[in-house]
Amino acid sequence: MLRFENVSKTFHAGTPNERIALDDVNLFLPKGDFVTIVGGNGAGKTTLMNAVSGVFLADSGRIVLDEQDITFLPEYKRARHIGRLFQDPMKGSAPNMTILENLTLAYRQAEGLRFRIGIGKALTQFFREKLAQLDLGLENRLKTKMGLLSGGQRQAVTLMMATLSTPKLLMLDEHTAALDPATADKVLRLTQEIIQRDQITTLMVTHDIPSALALGNRTIMLQNGKVVLDITGEERRALTVEKLIAMFTTGVQQPQ
Amino acid sequence: MLTFVALSGAVQMGLILSLLALGIFIAYRILGVPDLTVEGSYAMGASVSAILTVAGQPFLGLVLSIVAGVAAGLCTAFLQTKMRVQPILAGILVMMAAFSVNSHIMGRRPNIPLLREDTLFTLLGDRLDNIQAARFVIPIAVVVIVSVGLGIFFYTRLGLAVRATGDNEEMCRASSINTTKTKMMGLALGNAIAALSGGLIAQYQGFADLHMGRGMVLTALASLIIGEAIFGRRMILWNIGAVIAGAVIYRIIIAWALSTRINQTNLQIITAVFVAVAVSFPAIKEHFMLFKLKRAAKLKRQEAQRDA
Repeated sequence: MLRFENVSKTFHAGTPNERIALDDVNLFLPKGDFVTIVGGNGAGKTTLMNAVSGVFLADSGRIVLDEQDITFLPEYKRARHIGRLFQDPMKGSAPNMTILENLTLAYRQAEGLRFRIGIGKALTQFFREKLAQLDLGLENRLKTKMGLLSGGQRQAVTLMMATLSTPKLLMLDEHTAALDPATADKVLRLTQEIIQRDQITTLMVTHDIPSALALGNRTIMLQNGKVVLDITGEERRALTVEKLIAMFTTGVQQPQ
Repeated sequence: MLTFVALSGAVQMGLILSLLALGIFIAYRILGVPDLTVEGSYAMGASVSAILTVAGQPFLGLVLSIVAGVAAGLCTAFLQTKMRVQPILAGILVMMAAFSVNSHIMGRRPNIPLLREDTLFTLLGDRLDNIQAARFVIPIAVVVIVSVGLGIFFYTRLGLAVRATGDNEEMCRASSINTTKTKMMGLALGNAIAALSGGLIAQYQGFADLHMGRGMVLTALASLIIGEAIFGRRMILWNIGAVIAGAVIYRIIIAWALSTRINQTNLQIITAVFVAVAVSFPAIKEHFMLFKLKRAAKLKRQEAQRDA
């Protein structure tokens, strides 16, 4: 589904601030893979996400999504197939537009419906049912402006917007880090439900080691722009939170 | 006092200029960028409309003034997006350039009189046998068509995307909205409506002047703010209605000011002060509240000291 071929990215090349953010990364995600990404600050997690979503172009290498080479595709074109959630709940929706308008926008963008006028009853009902699944009481507040919702509510709605029509790839960049523990738990549970239900290929960056191991089917660790750990199945089940945290501090033996 | 003739004239002018205010509204409130191009496109609409009226094609003149507005808006949008020129500067550049273009359109004359030409207003006036009725019917019809059109547009996929671009650009890029396209769309639309306003004004008042765009952004902004102050900001259609009402009220205030002894040259400064005060009203209120809060706290402290 998603393939990195020798992808490299260096920031501020040729200056004293030169930093290699991605160093010849090779990675393959089969369809339906749910990968959690861990690594220290500056390890390249966010760079990896941004390279996929097209915030910047990679210096070298190729990125392929669903057999389509997206290496040079502009950001907004990739977004057609990629759902994204950020750490900041304010980033994912338009605060001065209503919940209904935000959802309609996301839905029509994803479905590519050009010539629809107004927001019909059927669509409103469809969104109402979807919102009811969140169990946050938002189904009766469709005309509320997005900016009036709490961070958790906004993130939950953003999650819905990103998955209204199933994306080929879902990218979560610490999307629960700014929420209180109870809300974070709820949003995380919702995320898991949706991913499982729609079998969405997912990349999730997290600093929360227990959920990195509990969620998904595969965990990778980045260090200095390289994938230093990539485990699934039995090996992953055997890995404890303590061992993974230890790897952060001592570093991982570089595979030869 | 305001005569009936002056009052109806103010309402007619207000309706036509409400289109200009809607152009500003789209750029400033929906897209979130201050767009000074509209001064240029307003005058451009007027000059295009005027020369075609002289040529005996007043209706075509209006249509082509819209086209001219779209072109001006696209120039600004191109500078803003592809060339990454700051929005204010982009607007000023195109406004400057438009001045020369307008001069050429008008055959290098400073103004074009239309008093002996057939305009849409005189043509309809002849047919209705009532020039005053025509001077109401045309602005009302155009304003209704434009606002209904905008009301529909802002709920389509593209319209929602234009609104989202002004509201949260980062979100747009993450949700497959081409913000270059939406900005082009928004600025073209705003300038098209501003140019239509200019085109109508030229035929309405019977002349086009090279300098008629000067200061129009400010008066349009004043209309916008009056509308919002009186009617508040709610759903998009409500806001459009508020802008139109604001423009009419603004023209009535101006007509009243003209009917008194206020010197006409002072109108500009009165408008400028009015807009400045209205825009800074929230800040003034905050300063005042803070002052009150501090004084209350101080009084309480003094009381406590006296008691002790």
